[in-house]
Amino acid sequence: MAAKPRVKAPKSAAAGEIVTIKTLVRHAMETGQRKDADGNKIPRDIIHTFVCTVNGKEVLRSNWESAVSANPYLAFPLKIDETSEVVFSWTDDQGETVSTKKTITVA
Amino acid sequence: MNQITLVSRRSFVLGTGGLAALLALPQAASANEWQAALEGLVGTSSPAEGRVDLAMPEIAENGNVVPFDVTVDSPMTDADYVKAVHVVATGNPTPGVASYMMSPGMGEATVSSRMRLGKTQEVIAVAEMSDGSVYGVTTTVKVTIGGCGG
Repeated sequence: MAAKPRVKAPKSAAAGEIVTIKTLVRHAMETGQRKDADGNKIPRDIIHTFVCTVNGKEVLRSNWESAVSANPYLAFPLKIDETSEVVFSWTDDQGETVSTKKTITVA
Repeated sequence: MNQITLVSRRSFVLGTGGLAALLALPQAASANEWQAALEGLVGTSSPAEGRVDLAMPEIAENGNVVPFDVTVDSPMTDADYVKAVHVVATGNPTPGVASYMMSPGMGEATVSSRMRLGKTQEVIAVAEMSDGSVYGVTTTVKVTIGGCGG
């Protein structure tokens, strides 16, 4: 899961504005249901947790099962009251976590 | 002679039936499984109707990538907000799809994502409110090509 996640967020917002955040991370999201050419089960390897924090405070946490599509896309709103540092992180079955950060400025 | 033919045809039918059952693996979750999954998430398998909207295509050509939007009617204030939204696919081998633990900081209770559907089935979205009430909605999606691999 080395690829850098893609996050689309506005650079600035009016105080109290609700902005839409769009996220996309590359991951096979292997379900654990599939078999390889020799008939052996391919073990499950999915991103099971997504967390979004705003200025250190958790705003959205999501638990995913194998039914979430490969290269998971997630869009959600955030209410921006002040200049915010928004951190997004994804954790998979291998224990690997990738994070990315966006700053939304309130003028 | 006639009877022998009959018997062998029956055993043939039984034989293919058994084979079909074997080939059908991975099996979809039974009604009890998704109900148990829903109860494990929200403590009830029969949420109240209303307040939750689950937007999905009526027909999904590719079960690997089925877009969905869940929107809950809520002011999302500190006093009244949506604590969590859970999505359950009743006909998938593992019925749970995703849970979203929300907070008033979102401003609106809505998420969009994409899910896999193994076959034509009902998808359920339930919302847990901050006052403890539970609302849900069910949508049927027709799937042309299943998304559980093979």
